[in-house]
Amino acid sequence: MGRIQLKQVTKKFGDVEVIPPLDLTIEDGEFAVFVGPSGCGKSTLLRLIAGLEDITTGQIEIDGTDATNVPPAKRGLAMVFQSYALYPHMSVRKNIAFPLRMAKMEQAEIDKRVEAAASVLNLTDYLDRRPGQLSGGQRQRVAIGRAIVREPAAFLFDEPLSNLDAALRVGMRMEISELHEKLATTMIYVTHDQVEAMTMADKIVVLQAGVIEQVGSPLELYRAPRNLFVAGFIGSPKMNFIEGPEAAKHDAHTIGVRPEHIAVSDSEGLWSGVVGVSEHLGSDTFFHVHDTGLAETITVRADGEVGFRHGDRIHLTPRADVIHRFDAQGLRIA
Amino acid sequence: MARSVTTQRKILNTAAAWAIGLLIFFPILWTILTSFKTEAEAIASPPIFLNFDWTLENYAIVQERSNYMRFLWNSVIIAGGSTVLGIIIAVPAAWSMAFVPSKRTKDILMWMLSTKMLPAVGVLYPIYLLCIQLGVLDNRLAMVVILMLINLPIIVWMLYTYFREIPGEILEAARMDGATLKEELLYILTPMAVPGIASTLLLNFILAWNEAFWTLNLTSVDAAPLTAFIASYSSPEGLFFAKLSAASTMAIAPILILGWFSQKQLVRGLTFGAVK
Amino acid sequence: MATQHSRSAARIMMAPAVFVLLVWMLVPLTMTLYFSFKKYLPLRGGDLGWVGFDNYVRFVTSSAFWPAVQTTLVIVGGVLLITVVLGILLALLLDQPMWGQGVVRILVIAPFFVMPTVSALVWKNMFMDPVNGLFAHLWRFFGAEPVSWLSDASLASIIMIVSWQWLPFATLILLTAIQSLDSEQLEAAEMDGAPPLKRFYHIILPHMSRAITIVILIQTIFLLAIFAEIFVTTGGAFGTRTLTYLIYQRVLESQNVGLGSAGGVYAIILANIVALFLMRIVGKNLDA
Repeated sequence: MGRIQLKQVTKKFGDVEVIPPLDLTIEDGEFAVFVGPSGCGKSTLLRLIAGLEDITTGQIEIDGTDATNVPPAKRGLAMVFQSYALYPHMSVRKNIAFPLRMAKMEQAEIDKRVEAAASVLNLTDYLDRRPGQLSGGQRQRVAIGRAIVREPAAFLFDEPLSNLDAALRVGMRMEISELHEKLATTMIYVTHDQVEAMTMADKIVVLQAGVIEQVGSPLELYRAPRNLFVAGFIGSPKMNFIEGPEAAKHDAHTIGVRPEHIAVSDSEGLWSGVVGVSEHLGSDTFFHVHDTGLAETITVRADGEVGFRHGDRIHLTPRADVIHRFDAQGLRIA
Repeated sequence: MARSVTTQRKILNTAAAWAIGLLIFFPILWTILTSFKTEAEAIASPPIFLNFDWTLENYAIVQERSNYMRFLWNSVIIAGGSTVLGIIIAVPAAWSMAFVPSKRTKDILMWMLSTKMLPAVGVLYPIYLLCIQLGVLDNRLAMVVILMLINLPIIVWMLYTYFREIPGEILEAARMDGATLKEELLYILTPMAVPGIASTLLLNFILAWNEAFWTLNLTSVDAAPLTAFIASYSSPEGLFFAKLSAASTMAIAPILILGWFSQKQLVRGLTFGAVK
Repeated sequence: MATQHSRSAARIMMAPAVFVLLVWMLVPLTMTLYFSFKKYLPLRGGDLGWVGFDNYVRFVTSSAFWPAVQTTLVIVGGVLLITVVLGILLALLLDQPMWGQGVVRILVIAPFFVMPTVSALVWKNMFMDPVNGLFAHLWRFFGAEPVSWLSDASLASIIMIVSWQWLPFATLILLTAIQSLDSEQLEAAEMDGAPPLKRFYHIILPHMSRAITIVILIQTIFLLAIFAEIFVTTGGAFGTRTLTYLIYQRVLESQNVGLGSAGGVYAIILANIVALFLMRIVGKNLDA
């Protein structure tokens, strides 16, 4: 139904190449997340798939047929925009019905589908309101409703949660995941937030400067980042990178240790340092430790109840089995 | 945040603003009042402000002398027709400029505006000649087209500035939802731009209504709008103040009323989208 | 940011507007240029052949030319000065808190709705008439001799009429500009100890500068072309013949199309010089 394949796709804006040749396959029913820092080309890539931008060279296949020159309306894809892009002059009902109206569907069928979508998304009571009268989360659901009524081959999401506050974002994240379980339709989701990527994706595509750095499941990326960029981007707090003699001990140019893979002790450990800033989250505490004899400040995740203070001397021991090693080019040493 | 001011300050402001407002409005008020006086009262010395015998006879005489309704109708057709025609041509052009900008978009817009600055008098004779040759001198349709051309740059410019306030994502959403270009313009852009289009419509209607160079020079009887109707009072009938006032009131009343009812849209339109 | 498809659609949708304006500009302009090099008197022999730059030379050397340029500049300059200065003051006043702001605004805008022929006639007869005009009554009331406005102070009278018509425009644009000023800026300046006059000079005026430029330039375009006000009041007599009116007289009254066309070309050049400045400003404005 919704297998999307990009073959040697490139995109230039004028003389600037924003996407160098790129190959990517998203399987039918997969939840794929494009993640990367802003300006990495992830939104452009999504717009190329949507057909809102022309690709410069290459080919896009949807369901095995060439869609490169098919206009967006005919690609059978639905998109949820960052700003929701609801039609402000139409009621929620008309917003959701719009794609069906454009498809010249019969009114009875339109009504049926809109009602069904509204009940799935808890919008039944709001069908006759205008978008301006809804909260951010409700608007988001209307945008999703407008996408699902068409029963598209795939859904495209362009940073859909970035305009919501933190609490709502967690809720919507789960709703979208549930929707994916229910519909089992291909979804492509663009975000700069690695937490969203980790929690929602079947497959994460990490992008930087238009180049795919790594493709894999969340755990693959967490366990075996292919290079320093992916290692630093996936996981929070960020992985500690250590260079110099300590890395040389492991036959590497750089070693990476995640904050959660370092044991803290007040008496003994491999490294000893002084606690700088500490962030108490309740469940966890992050210590930023300096004066360890290493060039870098080390971030450590400890239990929420661990009570070291600013200036305390503590001892750190990294777990030997999860030390990541990278060569001088920043690539993972297997 | 508005700050609270003393009541005294506010009274002072109010008094000053009202005084100046009435002073500016006075010529119009005086014209309207005079139109209800007899000719003798109109030139009485000292002038009579309110306590005169209100009469409608001037309106009757003016109507009798020159068929007001015909001029009014011409004004409505010329101003309305040119504005609507202009909008129909300008909406697609403004859409292109606002949502599919290219390197040349700004140059084209600037060039369009520059045609507005061609002094009419510089091309009066050629247009006059063309009208004669085409047999459309004193022709309503010709006036509709000419005033449309004069105001088209302003219409395009105004619509362009309003369209640019509409997020492109919404039009893209419509495209993703399967709307064709026509449907996108008809169901999404136009309804969303209604306030902007209304401002544009109003302002250009007024500009066309009051246009007095081409209408004076290219019409005589059949297509003559209210500008020509009133110009016929320049002399010596102008000395009959009450009748002049009645004719003037009849010429400006439609636009004055329209303008006041749509003040908000107009203020927006008047700034030509140039001042935020 | 668009696809090939939408770009070609955009070109097609732009075509009608571009085409009609192109025709509207090029055809009469070409004809004016053509006539300007001819001796062309429609009522006295018609086309009497090419005369090169004769018309251009004659137009500039005619005794009416420099006075007309001067009159044009005085009217444009006078109206601009009055409308901008009064417009700023009025905008400042209207921005203050008061009762009935909406009504006052309606009163102030009203002159903009009045067609130029009407306002010229009303001012000429009912206010400036030396016998029965309201001003004459007022002058007599104070024991002064009534003034024959349109013959003795013709230029000032026309400037006044035109200023009355354009003051609403200037006021409204400047008011919009003032209202867009972030009041925190003013409060910050007040905290910094700036007295009202300094606040106006250092904060409000710079903030309005772009609006003022727009007012000046848009009005200039319209003012260079004022016609009905002169047509109805003085008919170009008493030193009120502007460049526009001079050309009009050459073309339609004396039916010397060649000479008038040469004048038209001068007017077009003049307007384009002004337009060049306007375009710069507006162009910048479009980017913002």
